[in-house]
Amino acid sequence: MELAVDIDKNQVADYYRQMLMIRRFEEAAGRLYLQGLVRGFLHLYIGEEAVAVGAIPVLDVQDYVITHYRDHGHALARGVDPKAVMAELCGKATGTSGGKGGSMHIFDVDRHFMGGHAIVGGQLPIATGLALSIKQRGGDGAVMCFFGDGAVNEGEFHESLNLASLWKLPVIFFLENNLYGMGSHVDKTHAAGRDIYASAEYYKIPAVQIDGMDLLAVHEASAEALKKVRSGDGPVFLEAMTYRFRGHSMADPVAYRETSEVEEWRVNDPIERFKSFSLAEGLMSEDELAQIDREVIETIEEVVEFAKNSPEPELDSLWDNVYA
Amino acid sequence: MPEIIIREAIAQGLREALDEDDRVFMLGEDIGAYDGAYAVTRGFLKQYGPDRIRDTPISESVIVGAAVGAALAGLRPIVEIMTINFTLLAIDQIVNHAAKLRYMSNGQFTVPMMMRTVTGGGGQLAATHSQSFEGWYASVPGLKVLTPSTPYDALGLLRASRKDLNPIVFAEHSMLYGTRGEVPEEYFEVPLGKAVVRRPGKDVTIIGYSRMAHIAEEAGNRLAEKGVDAEVIDLRSLRPLDTETLIESVKKTNRAVVVEEAWKFGGFSGEIASAIQEEAFDYLDGPVVRVNGLDVPAPYNGTLEAATIPTAQRVLDTIEEKFGI
Repeated sequence: MELAVDIDKNQVADYYRQMLMIRRFEEAAGRLYLQGLVRGFLHLYIGEEAVAVGAIPVLDVQDYVITHYRDHGHALARGVDPKAVMAELCGKATGTSGGKGGSMHIFDVDRHFMGGHAIVGGQLPIATGLALSIKQRGGDGAVMCFFGDGAVNEGEFHESLNLASLWKLPVIFFLENNLYGMGSHVDKTHAAGRDIYASAEYYKIPAVQIDGMDLLAVHEASAEALKKVRSGDGPVFLEAMTYRFRGHSMADPVAYRETSEVEEWRVNDPIERFKSFSLAEGLMSEDELAQIDREVIETIEEVVEFAKNSPEPELDSLWDNVYA
Repeated sequence: MPEIIIREAIAQGLREALDEDDRVFMLGEDIGAYDGAYAVTRGFLKQYGPDRIRDTPISESVIVGAAVGAALAGLRPIVEIMTINFTLLAIDQIVNHAAKLRYMSNGQFTVPMMMRTVTGGGGQLAATHSQSFEGWYASVPGLKVLTPSTPYDALGLLRASRKDLNPIVFAEHSMLYGTRGEVPEEYFEVPLGKAVVRRPGKDVTIIGYSRMAHIAEEAGNRLAEKGVDAEVIDLRSLRPLDTETLIESVKKTNRAVVVEEAWKFGGFSGEIASAIQEEAFDYLDGPVVRVNGLDVPAPYNGTLEAATIPTAQRVLDTIEEKFGI
């Protein structure tokens, strides 16, 4: 197998560790939810790890990341402190928003991680504005904006693609097509069918569909897209075909799809796939992988302990940042 | 003191912002080549160029959302949404995003943007183009809502807004652009959240904002001819709301009338009435009276439309009926 991208041994270990961190983080979050320590809506990213980890690390610190409510994976891939994210899920004072945002609203201004937006499609206009700010200032920064297949039927999707293309704004519109908007299959919700990337071409935005379960494919396409976007030619559209192994949220009994479909996709588990590839290519040994597995489990234990032991927010904090 | 009209006062405030702060830029429908639907930005495109005066497609949601994004990144966008009726197409960005991001990020972000828009009826534009939604926006924690009725206030509020890091809805009344008033040449500001007493009096307090501040003042002047000494208050800001000035006045006059162009049912005047009765109930000689736009969609026909919008006469009749003065 020929390596399509320039990737060294250290990077391979790092990507594996990041994907596994997200997987174990999400599993722990699910457990905390069942224990009643995480409340509200909890949307897990399990199955989609290769997208965030393949894409986000190609960015520089000054670039912006903005996403939807299934946001923990993107936050972790951007380097947001997992302890602060888990504490936020638990509504604690030490959370990324001091317990004011919750699972769907993770922010980290220092890492230019701009949320965590829970109104479907709502982050696309904001991404367009972030890109506009780069253009106004004359820099060569970029915005990476994630959204799901549900968002493409919102007016804000079309308004944003049109304006970003018209003004040649540096934004990567990154569609994570996991085939379901909540419980509705994309075949029943989008007239153009599964190949949604084609709708971007109408707006004169170069668009590519990629295998979202293949980290290297995502990585290569993201690096390529970033190069294009930095050149000042306007937005690029990527559609990663992916799948969530869990329900839409923890409240979802998953009545709308067959178990066999889930099993088919599980064969493509992005972490297992990357692991097999690394072993086959001699990039990682069984021992090295096992070592990472152990370290990640330890880290997640610390993360969970931190979140559990963190204090509740003070009642007075209710009025912090209220200005009108 | 020189007199100018509100349109000129707003244009002056915008020019000052563009001249003095290179983070400021404007975006909106037809604000550039067309010179602005209400001609507020006439000549701006020529003076400041297309990067700072950005004509947009008719896409209200991305116009406001792009301003939110640019503000998050440290710029100072000023949006023009042609009328407040069209802001409904952007209400997700205004209410769910602009108003929430500072609080929800626990202060990591601020959203220093202004959305200018045009409110009110009276131009025979029928039901979809004649509404007054500033009171809706004022119900949202996280938005500041300004409603100037004079050139002095329009300029002063615009200047003060530049020092505010929060999203501001700046509602300009379509029928007031030609309203003339004195504006001093020396620098001044009008603080956000401070009402003004337009006419001091002792017999009854008449409260209005935007165009209805003028109706309230006209009613006050006509009451004076009848020997009734009305105090007239212009709110200027709906959020933050200066209840202190209202309460102080009612304690003196013991009677209050609220005049508002928006519908009575669920109107902002209800908030004012409630605030007064909560804080000054013992001082009231009777219920707080509301004079609102009639609860109908605005009709096109001029006579019909005029019948829906409060007039000084309606204020006088109501005062006579309710208070016997």
